[in-house]
Amino acid sequence: MPGADPHTIRTVAALGEARYPHGFETAIESDSAPKGLGEDTIRFISAKKNEPDWLLQWRLSAFKLWQGLREPNWAKLNYTPVDYQDISYYSAPKQKTAPKSLDEVDPELLKTYEKLGIPLSEQKLLAGVAVDAVFDSVSVVTTFREELKKAGVIFCSISEAVREHPELVQKYLGSVVPVADNFFAALNCAVFTDGSFVYVPPGVRCPMELSTYFRINAKNTGQFERTLIIADKGSYVSYLEGCTAPQRDENQLHAAVVELIALEDAEIKYSTVQNWYPGDKDGKGGIYNFVTKRGACRGARSKISWTQVETGSAITWKYPSCILQGEGSVGEFYSVALTTNHQQADTGTKMIHIGKNSRSTIISKGISAGQSQNTYRGLVRVLPRADGAQNYTRCDSLLLGDRCGAHTVPYIESKNPTARLEHEATASKVSDDQLFYCRARGLDEDEAVGLIINGFCREVLQALPMEFAVEAQKLIALSLEGSVG
Amino acid sequence: MLQISDLHARYDGKDILTGVSLSIKPGEVHAIMGPNGAGKSTLGYVLSGRPQYEVTSGQVQLAGQDLLALEPEQRVAAGLFLAFQYPVEIPGVSTMNFLRTAVNAVRKARGQAEHDAPSFLRLVREKAKALGISEEMLKRPLNVGFSGGEKKRMETLQMLLLEPKLAVLDETDSGLDIDALKVVAQGVNSLRGSERSLLVITHYQRLLDYIKPDFVHVLSAGRIVKSGGPELALELEAKGYSHVA
Repeated sequence: MPGADPHTIRTVAALGEARYPHGFETAIESDSAPKGLGEDTIRFISAKKNEPDWLLQWRLSAFKLWQGLREPNWAKLNYTPVDYQDISYYSAPKQKTAPKSLDEVDPELLKTYEKLGIPLSEQKLLAGVAVDAVFDSVSVVTTFREELKKAGVIFCSISEAVREHPELVQKYLGSVVPVADNFFAALNCAVFTDGSFVYVPPGVRCPMELSTYFRINAKNTGQFERTLIIADKGSYVSYLEGCTAPQRDENQLHAAVVELIALEDAEIKYSTVQNWYPGDKDGKGGIYNFVTKRGACRGARSKISWTQVETGSAITWKYPSCILQGEGSVGEFYSVALTTNHQQADTGTKMIHIGKNSRSTIISKGISAGQSQNTYRGLVRVLPRADGAQNYTRCDSLLLGDRCGAHTVPYIESKNPTARLEHEATASKVSDDQLFYCRARGLDEDEAVGLIINGFCREVLQALPMEFAVEAQKLIALSLEGSVG
Repeated sequence: MLQISDLHARYDGKDILTGVSLSIKPGEVHAIMGPNGAGKSTLGYVLSGRPQYEVTSGQVQLAGQDLLALEPEQRVAAGLFLAFQYPVEIPGVSTMNFLRTAVNAVRKARGQAEHDAPSFLRLVREKAKALGISEEMLKRPLNVGFSGGEKKRMETLQMLLLEPKLAVLDETDSGLDIDALKVVAQGVNSLRGSERSLLVITHYQRLLDYIKPDFVHVLSAGRIVKSGGPELALELEAKGYSHVA
């Protein structure tokens, strides 16, 4: 492996602030909860959303549990502690009545999503992709609902699902991530505001990609979204989430919970392109992204596949996981985590093998530049009855410059001697030979780095739905702009 | 086309080029020969602007432009091409994608329209076929697992696609069997014309049987010690470098 030459080190040292084109703020009047967290806050949120009493009680019990939990400190992350009383837990754009169609949505909001490259107006809808747009604490619009309804697919905001499909929500909410699972998950249970809900009935292949676009706009506000996806027997759904936030000097908190349930022979493909504001070049501002994502492969031969491209946030704490209960069930985790400037990411997955012959694959690509720290943390656990369980893990790290860090922390626990577990890890640098070769073919340094990094991430990007793979490639190149040169 | 005047360059603290002067007119083919360590590859890197190579004095002009003032990628746009002795592997980047990215970047820098996907595909297929490059190879990651011969064919394909005014071929014959050498030479010769020039860097005379030079220069200890016609290459082959250098 050729080492970095002095020129590259010099140019990397001149690392500029990665450009963040989504940093604008929408001027819109909003309806917010006063700062602070207590039972009153929870009652306020629940009342705003006209929730049934069972959900209010569930939130209140979560709040009690949360008060007894401690913020986790085992991750390789270093950040100013969050003052949970200095955050507003609810913010919604003011609107007299809930919009029934796109014509009734505030044009400012439509303009915002347009600027973000997510056109919501009917003429310009992304072909074959249904979008749920969540702005601060509320879902503003969900597209293509009629078409989905014809197929029997329910795709709506979780607030609406609580009202319209309480039996499904009550059955599955908190069934994968228990209320007291961890500090951030318990907080989310107490104060979650909105998010998406998907139910795909037995045997149905969802006719289009579903996607949710999360946007944090209001200042001093936390976003606590909650997503619940249920794929009934023999069904299939592909779901994608995207996230951005305005550029601000203060850190903002995002603590989401995502639960996936795949029944017999069902498959869920869940993709994330996370581009929350990462802070400036000196590490000021940026989103704290503390997220709990977990899927349960409940039925035999069910499959859950997580693909994530993580380029944003000042702090990322995120481990999308699979509980492989069903016999022959399959879990996959494909991840690209890119950190620049002072970003810190501690991310990975957990694959819990319970069912016989369950299989899992983990492909993680970490890219660190600037003075960032990038950690892969993963657990593969095989329980005693999981005969014939298999896991393949590969973690590749790529470093740009010599002031950043890449760390790989794999945990492997096998209680079944028939399990077959493989782990590979590599760490490398973008070589000067590669950079110069690309430049000698006419690419400038940024284009060269973008191309080389995208090549490094290829296996993961290929796992994304095609429309988004192209976007993700551009995002990676953009995030690294100025990393050399 | 290319005017090198009293060029001095250092690498890793050592003076490698110690006063190279060379003039190449449009359409001419010049060969640079010399023993190992004479500075042949350094000359190629210095001309193409490799960052670690430091020019301490001298000038280089390409078609009237001050080459040394340009970044490596700007030199490509200005019409320079270096065919590498050891082409570099770019894992995960398909050859076709790399070619399209490179060609469009250069066309953009030259103020030409970028190729759309279908027309570019046609162009590449046609040129690749002549060089014996298969469709399958174009789909593979660039240079990854390519044989020596495949890599040199790929360098030649890139050269044809980037349409340089001056191409520098660094030890293009190394690692090639005679059949591959003929194919590559044919490709290089197809580029020859009144408006294009070639600078062929080679250790052996063998390549010059297939790419016929107008002039031959001997580089030794960082400077040109002898120049002549094609017959000089044959003389070197017969008598060895120690005879002239």
